[in-house]
Amino acid sequence: MSEHPAWVRARLALSLLAVDPCGLGGLWLRARPSPVRDRLVAALSALPLPLRRLHPAVADTQLYGGLDLAATLAAGRVLRTDGLLGTASALVLPMAERAPPGLAARLAQALDARAGHCLICLDEGAAEDEALAPALADRLAFRIDLDGIALAEAPEPVPEREAAAARGRLAAVRAPAEALADLARVAHRLGIGSLRAPLLALRAARGHAALHGRDMGPDDLRAAAELVLAPRATVLPETGAEAPPEPPPAPPEQGEGEGAAEAPRLPDEILLAAVKAALPPGALARLAEGRAVRAGGGSGSGATRKGNRRGRPAPPREGRPDGTQRIDLVATLRAAAPWQALRREAAPGREGLQVRPADFRTKRYEERSDRLIVFVVDASGSAALARLGEAKGAVELLLAEAYARRDHVALIAFRGTGAELLLPPTRSLVQTKRRLAALPGGGATPLAAGLKAALEVAEGARRRGMTPTAVLLTDGRANIALDGRADRTAAAEDAIALARALRASGVPALVIDMGLRPERALATLAQVLDAPYLPLPRADARRLSAAVSTALGG
Amino acid sequence: MTHPFPFSAIVGQDEMKTAMILTAIDPRIGGVLVFGDRGTGKSTAVRALAALLPPIRAVEGCPVNSERLEDCPPWATVGSTRIVTKPTPVVDLPLGVTEDRVVGALDIERALTRGEKAFEPGLLARANRGYLYIDEVNLLEDHIVDLLLDVAQSGENVVEREGLSIRHPARFVLVGSGNPEEGELRPQLLDRFGLSVEVGSPKDIAERVEVVRRRDAYETDGARFLRRWKGEDTKLRNRILAARAALPALATPEAALTDCAELCVALGSDGLRGELTLLRAARALAAFEGAERVERRHIRRVAPSALRHRLRRDPLDEAGSTARVLRIVEEVLG
Repeated sequence: MSEHPAWVRARLALSLLAVDPCGLGGLWLRARPSPVRDRLVAALSALPLPLRRLHPAVADTQLYGGLDLAATLAAGRVLRTDGLLGTASALVLPMAERAPPGLAARLAQALDARAGHCLICLDEGAAEDEALAPALADRLAFRIDLDGIALAEAPEPVPEREAAAARGRLAAVRAPAEALADLARVAHRLGIGSLRAPLLALRAARGHAALHGRDMGPDDLRAAAELVLAPRATVLPETGAEAPPEPPPAPPEQGEGEGAAEAPRLPDEILLAAVKAALPPGALARLAEGRAVRAGGGSGSGATRKGNRRGRPAPPREGRPDGTQRIDLVATLRAAAPWQALRREAAPGREGLQVRPADFRTKRYEERSDRLIVFVVDASGSAALARLGEAKGAVELLLAEAYARRDHVALIAFRGTGAELLLPPTRSLVQTKRRLAALPGGGATPLAAGLKAALEVAEGARRRGMTPTAVLLTDGRANIALDGRADRTAAAEDAIALARALRASGVPALVIDMGLRPERALATLAQVLDAPYLPLPRADARRLSAAVSTALGG
Repeated sequence: MTHPFPFSAIVGQDEMKTAMILTAIDPRIGGVLVFGDRGTGKSTAVRALAALLPPIRAVEGCPVNSERLEDCPPWATVGSTRIVTKPTPVVDLPLGVTEDRVVGALDIERALTRGEKAFEPGLLARANRGYLYIDEVNLLEDHIVDLLLDVAQSGENVVEREGLSIRHPARFVLVGSGNPEEGELRPQLLDRFGLSVEVGSPKDIAERVEVVRRRDAYETDGARFLRRWKGEDTKLRNRILAARAALPALATPEAALTDCAELCVALGSDGLRGELTLLRAARALAAFEGAERVERRHIRRVAPSALRHRLRRDPLDEAGSTARVLRIVEEVLG
């Protein structure tokens, strides 16, 4: 079995890293745990730096060093520990897709400082939206995807014997004057926005040239483009940003040729062809669909867990002060107090209170994100006739449940030309019932306005640390646009646009069709919202409530 | 890396550079927010600014960089009485920083080893009279944001915890940067930044090539590159100093005030902070350009930076607030 092309690239990336570990930033290795991955990780020992392992929950004291409390207490004078970032090393971060943004930002800063670090991110992300934090991905020169490589296709990497010598030659490598311009132009044509990419590619080319003991030439540039630029490409090379959707098999020589004409040494097209050859087949298909291969979309590991309300204090707990927790002084003293007599006997010379690491108690807060259910109720004439009563009943039932679960509830009604927030997020059952009973019906259906109000309420609630969910009860015939005009087409478009906004903001939703017959427009809306769609033609309040409870997960 | 990338060597990104220079001229403008894609030189510019800023005079060893001896906070044990010149502090506020690190806390080391109750100043103390830089500001935890808002508003940090009761001045210019794709910023925090700029990767090939070329030159032969740009940086610093000196004498005609007010009314921005910032930024720009009075062209140039983050958000507005501001500026100022 011949060697897999991705593995060839992986080995080359390793060799280049061994030549210039700090300048290239590192390697983003996307693979599930497998023998192939183990083989590559084992080969990391060829790097000229000591390997250090991090983990996604690494604390600041471990990263930057700090007070070694146990040793300090034992010795009676201040002793510090060295942080992982203190000495130049190759940092290996397993489960990189789980790294919180804070850690990513700190590692990115460490890389920017050029203190001799090199970062190997082992990304085990299974799903599309799980990926390394973009701030880090941008700073690492290489991305290797090992999925689909059999062990037989991945021969044991041989440590580069030339690496140490190449490191010495690195500074002396001369780059052709146009190399940088070529790489920048190619990166631009591949739709790579970040300017770190051509810089990293140039460094890779320099390393490649040093490895072969020559000045930088076309082969080095091609290798660099393959390794550094190809995985970052977001548009198909030959077509530019306005790529037509069909996958064009046309040879790259037919490109528009902007900016390429005056490059006689190594036409951009050759670099582009190299990049294209290195694109994994899946990526090409995705590119053809017009979707950009994005490193870590908006959610996944990059998403922040929004700060919660501070929560009520929970009982203190044993723990070390590691910079992320606060010491509960009183509890610590209380824990230490009973032992004082014994400890004084054991260490007679020492003055003052004797606190040992085991006594430390840290403060804890109970953080629980309250759920907010935003009911968006259609009170228009068409809905009012048949369904408003049931909807009211269902909401009341849900309210009772919400009350038992201590959920918050908000109520938005839309009718006529706009939406009204009848009840801002509350837990007051009485108030909700009163407002609900007084809810009048009649008028047109400004669905978009209702969704907009829901979006505002949900975002406001999220800022206060709640987890909002929108429940839309309507019969779906939107006929009032956002600006109040009675225009069915515009109304439907507005509703879809707002549904998209609601989904983009990550608010889970549930669409309940109260119409007598299931409405297709509503099913589409639910799809845009990525929400379950429940047509409930003969719903009574109790069935409705049961459906909502199930959809919301109890 | 000993010396950051020189500020004047940054290619393009004029709006960002102007905004940063303006806050250096008049710190009361209140900070800059830089939003944009990765790899567009946000962090580079902030760190470059630090090296560009004129040094300040402060009491040696004072934890809050007091200008005069009598300003030193009583809790600080300042051994020295000398006034020294030191670079303008630019303090990094990392993500995931704890409250203790920001506001300061009981000095655990001293408490445990010597049994003393002492205050260990936090980042806010160090940032006094300087800059506080938050990278990825939109990912900062909410309770830290609340804390920063409060201090930025009052100019004073009050610590009431663990038996400590301490206050110290904390006047700083907030500089934040972030990528809007990763999260929005709360309107309250947005409003607190004086200016906001949006940066994108340059679209022009020649410009991109120049960026990459300079960066590469800096990385391969830093000393030579710095020597080459030192003159430019010094020139810029002198211009900033001259603008600072000229600022008090700068005339503000009635027409300029009216222009600012009309713009803000037309844009429907909340509160009066918009007008104030717009006027201050326009004055700083006029001073920087050596004009004698604030003119309409100054206001026009700073209007997008000063106002674009103060508009009410419209979930359906695809064009973005910059386009809205520009349109209104066209309509109002003609």
